[in-house]
Amino acid sequence: MKEAVLRVFRGTADGGELVEYRVPVAPGMVVLDALHHIQGYLAPDLAVRWNCKAGKCGSCSAEVNGRPRLTCKTRMDSLPADRPIVVTPMKAFPVLRDLVTDVSWNYEVNRKIPPFSPRAGTDWKMSQADVDRVQEFRKCIECFLCQNVCHVLRDHGKKREFGGPRFFVRVAALEMHPLDGLSRTKLLKEELGLGYCNITKCCTEVCPEDIHITDNAIIPLKERVIDDFYDPLAKLLRKVFGRKRT
Amino acid sequence: MSRPYETREHDVLVVGAGGAGLRAAIEALARGASVGVVCKSLLGKAHTVMAEGGIAAAMANVDPADDWRAHFRDTMRGGKFLNNWRMAQIHAQEAPDRVRELEQWGALFDRTADGDILQRAFGGHTFKRLCHVGDRTGLEMIRTLQDRGVQMGFHVYMECAVTKLLTDGDRVCGAVGYWREQGRFVVFRAKSVVLATGGIGKAWKITSNSWEYTGDGMALAFDAGAELVDMEFVQFHPTGMVWPPGVQGLLVTEAVRGEGGVLRNRLGERFMERYDPEKLDLSTRDVVARAIYTEVREGRGTEHGGAFLDISQKPAEYVKRKLPSMYHQFLELADVDITKGPMEVGPTCHYMMGGVRVDAETAETSVPGLYAAGEVAAGLHGANRLGGNSLSDLLVFGRRAGLAAAERAGRTGPGAFDERQIDEATAEMLAFFERPDGESPYAVHRDLTETMQSLVGIFRNRDDLESGLAKIREFRDRWDRIRVEGSRLFNPGWHLARDLKAMLTVSEAVARSALRREESRGAHSRTDFARSDPTWGKKNIVVKRVGGAMELSERPVPEPPPDLKTILEAP
Ligand code: SF4
Ligand code: SF4
Ligand code: FES
Repeated sequence: MKEAVLRVFRGTADGGELVEYRVPVAPGMVVLDALHHIQGYLAPDLAVRWNCKAGKCGSCSAEVNGRPRLTCKTRMDSLPADRPIVVTPMKAFPVLRDLVTDVSWNYEVNRKIPPFSPRAGTDWKMSQADVDRVQEFRKCIECFLCQNVCHVLRDHGKKREFGGPRFFVRVAALEMHPLDGLSRTKLLKEELGLGYCNITKCCTEVCPEDIHITDNAIIPLKERVIDDFYDPLAKLLRKVFGRKRT
Repeated sequence: MSRPYETREHDVLVVGAGGAGLRAAIEALARGASVGVVCKSLLGKAHTVMAEGGIAAAMANVDPADDWRAHFRDTMRGGKFLNNWRMAQIHAQEAPDRVRELEQWGALFDRTADGDILQRAFGGHTFKRLCHVGDRTGLEMIRTLQDRGVQMGFHVYMECAVTKLLTDGDRVCGAVGYWREQGRFVVFRAKSVVLATGGIGKAWKITSNSWEYTGDGMALAFDAGAELVDMEFVQFHPTGMVWPPGVQGLLVTEAVRGEGGVLRNRLGERFMERYDPEKLDLSTRDVVARAIYTEVREGRGTEHGGAFLDISQKPAEYVKRKLPSMYHQFLELADVDITKGPMEVGPTCHYMMGGVRVDAETAETSVPGLYAAGEVAAGLHGANRLGGNSLSDLLVFGRRAGLAAAERAGRTGPGAFDERQIDEATAEMLAFFERPDGESPYAVHRDLTETMQSLVGIFRNRDDLESGLAKIREFRDRWDRIRVEGSRLFNPGWHLARDLKAMLTVSEAVARSALRREESRGAHSRTDFARSDPTWGKKNIVVKRVGGAMELSERPVPEPPPDLKTILEAP
C-alpha cells in the first residue's frame, strides 16, 4: 500500500515541534483520515478537533502545507506526493495543544452583535429571492478559517478593534434579513472595526462554503456605514422612504 | 482521598448542546431559571448540524389537507405502533408552533411562491411536510437556537464532558465532569438535570454519527437508576456513502429521494418496486435499508457494495439549489457529479429510536430531577423513526424538558450529595493513567464497532446476538485494562477511554433487548423470527439497573384513547 509522510505540530502554547508519521494511503483519503490513523495507531494523545467529517461543522480547521483548510475536505491526492504533508494549527489563534487552538475570542465577538429584531407587525411572508441572498451567509459553518487568514487578525493581532470577516458575514445576514428592523452600522464602525478591512479578499478565497464574503457581505456593509455616517442626505432619505434593500 | 475540582451551580443543568439541549436551555431561561449548558464540543458543532432533510410539522403550507392527525398517524404507523401515543400526539400538535418560533428567532426557511415556509415530501409522510433550508436544515436550526440562547444569557461550558450524575437518595442533584482542554475536574450542582446527549452510533463501524455519539446520556441515566426502553431499535439509514473508504457511512440525505431521486441496482432495476410497490423510494427507512442490503447480498449491488441513487434526471440547476451540500460532498470527496450520474449508497447506522424512558408531558425520566429529550430519550418513534421527525422531536420535547426542569427547580432545594460519589468518579478517570501497561482505547473501540456491525446490525439472529454479547463481556474486561498515554491536556485517547464505557453499557442493552424480542418489527429484523408477532406488538422492553446488574422486563404498550384510535384506523 502507498504511504504518506505527515509532519504534524505537537506541542502547546509554550512551544513544540513537527513530528513525522508514516500513514498508509487509501483511495479518496482526506488529511483528517490520516490524523485519525495517527491517533488510532501511532499517537493516541494527538489533539485534533473534528465532528462531522463532512465539511458541515467547521471543527477541523488547520493549516495544511501552510494553507488554511478543513482537514476533512482536503484530499491527500490533491497534495504533492513527493514531499511530507505539513499540518499545523491555525496561526491566528493561541495553541492549546497540537492542532487544537483557543477560538473563544470568536464567541466573545459574537456576543456583541444585537440579535434578529423583526419589524413590528410583520406577516412573516418572504419571497425566495429575498431569502436567497441571506441564505448564502447563513451557510457559514464557523470554521474561522477566514478569521485565521485575515491579515488584520493574523499579522496585526487587532482582536480588540476588529471583528473579522466571519462576523461581517453574520452582521450582513441580520442586516439583509428581509424582516429585520435594526441598524447595526454603528456597531460595525465603532466596535467591529469594519474600516480596518482593505478588501484584500483573502477571506473569500479560503471560505470552504464559498461565501462571497467581500463582495456580498463586506462591501455592501461598508456602503451602509458610509451612507449612515458620511452621507447625511442618504440617511435622511432613508428615514423618510425606508431602506432601499439592494 | 479527595482530588481538586471546581464547582459551578445552576438551577438547571443541560447536558448536550444540540437542538434538544439548546431548546431546553432557552425554555428554562425563559422561565427565569439559571441555566448551564455542558457540551463535549464547541458550541454550534453538535451533530444536529448534520441533519439535512428538514423539520416535520403539519403546517399545511403546501398540502392544505395536512393536519396534526395525519402527522400523528404517519408517526405511529412508521413506528409500528410501539410508540408512546401521547408523545406522538403532542409532537404532531406542537411541531408547527416550534417551527414558527424558529422563524421568529431569525431562521430563514425556503419559501413557497406565496412567501410561506416551503415543505417537501419525505419517506413515510403522507403529505409534503418537511420545512427545510436546502439540505442544511440542521445547521440553520442550531445557529438560530445558539444565537437565541447566547442573547438570553445561558452559560455554556464548552468542551466539557459529564462522566457521572450525582444523586441525593433517589433524586439527581448534579453531575461530575472534566474539561477536555485542561483535564481538570468540575462538579455541577443543579436542582434538575436535562440529558440531551444524542445517540450511540459510534458503537458501529459504518455510521453517519460523529465522535460525540457514544451513548453518554443513556449510560449516565442507566447508572443513576433510570429506565431505558426500546433499545433494540437502531435505525440504519438506507443511504450512506459507500465509497471512497474514508467517507463510508457519511449521510446522503433522504431529501435526494424527496426531490425525486431513484434507487437502482447494478442491473438497472428499480428494485423498490419489489419491496414497497406503493411508496417505492419513499418507503420508510427500515424497509429501504433492508431492500438495499438484500440487493447487495444477493449479488445485485454496485462495484463497492451499494445501490445506485440517481437524481441526474432533474435539471442540474435544480439539484444544485435544492441539494447543495450533497452536490459538493460527492464532487469533493468522491469525484462524482450528481447532476450527471448516480451516487453509490448503502445503509449506515444513523439513529437510536430507543433510549431513556420519559414522561410524555414533562420529559422526566423515572429518576426524579432527571429529564431527557431528543435522541437520548425514547418513546416518540417506536420501532422506526420517520425522516424529519427528529428535528421536530428536539424542539417539541426539548422545550417541554426545559419547562419542567425549570419548574421543578423552582420548588426544590439544591440537594446534598456525599463527596464519595465525586471521589469515585474522579478515581475512575485517573485509573487509566495509573496502570503501568495496558491496551490503547482505540484498539478496544475498533473491535467493538466491528462486533456491533457484524453481529448486532440490520439483520440479527440468536447465534449472532449471543456471540455479540460474549464479545461485549470480553471488551468490558479489556476496558478494565486500558492504559492512556500522555497527559490530561486535551487528550483524545483519554476521552475515548471514558466514552467507551458508555458505549459498552449501551451496546449491551441493545444486544440483550434484540435477543429478547423474538420477532421482526420496524428497524429490528430477526432472520430466525422473520415475521411480526402481535403479542410482541403490545410490549416494550425496558432495561434497568438492579443491584449493579442489567435487568430486562416487558411492559405493555400504553393504549391510545378511543378518539385517537379512530384517527389511527382511518385509511
Ligand atoms: S477582505 Fe477584509 S476581512 Fe477579508 S481578509 Fe481582507 S482585510 Fe480581512
Ligand atoms: S465565513 Fe466561511 S471561512 Fe468564515 S467562518 Fe464562515 S464558513 Fe468559515
Ligand atoms: S469535521 Fe466537520 S467540517 Fe471537518
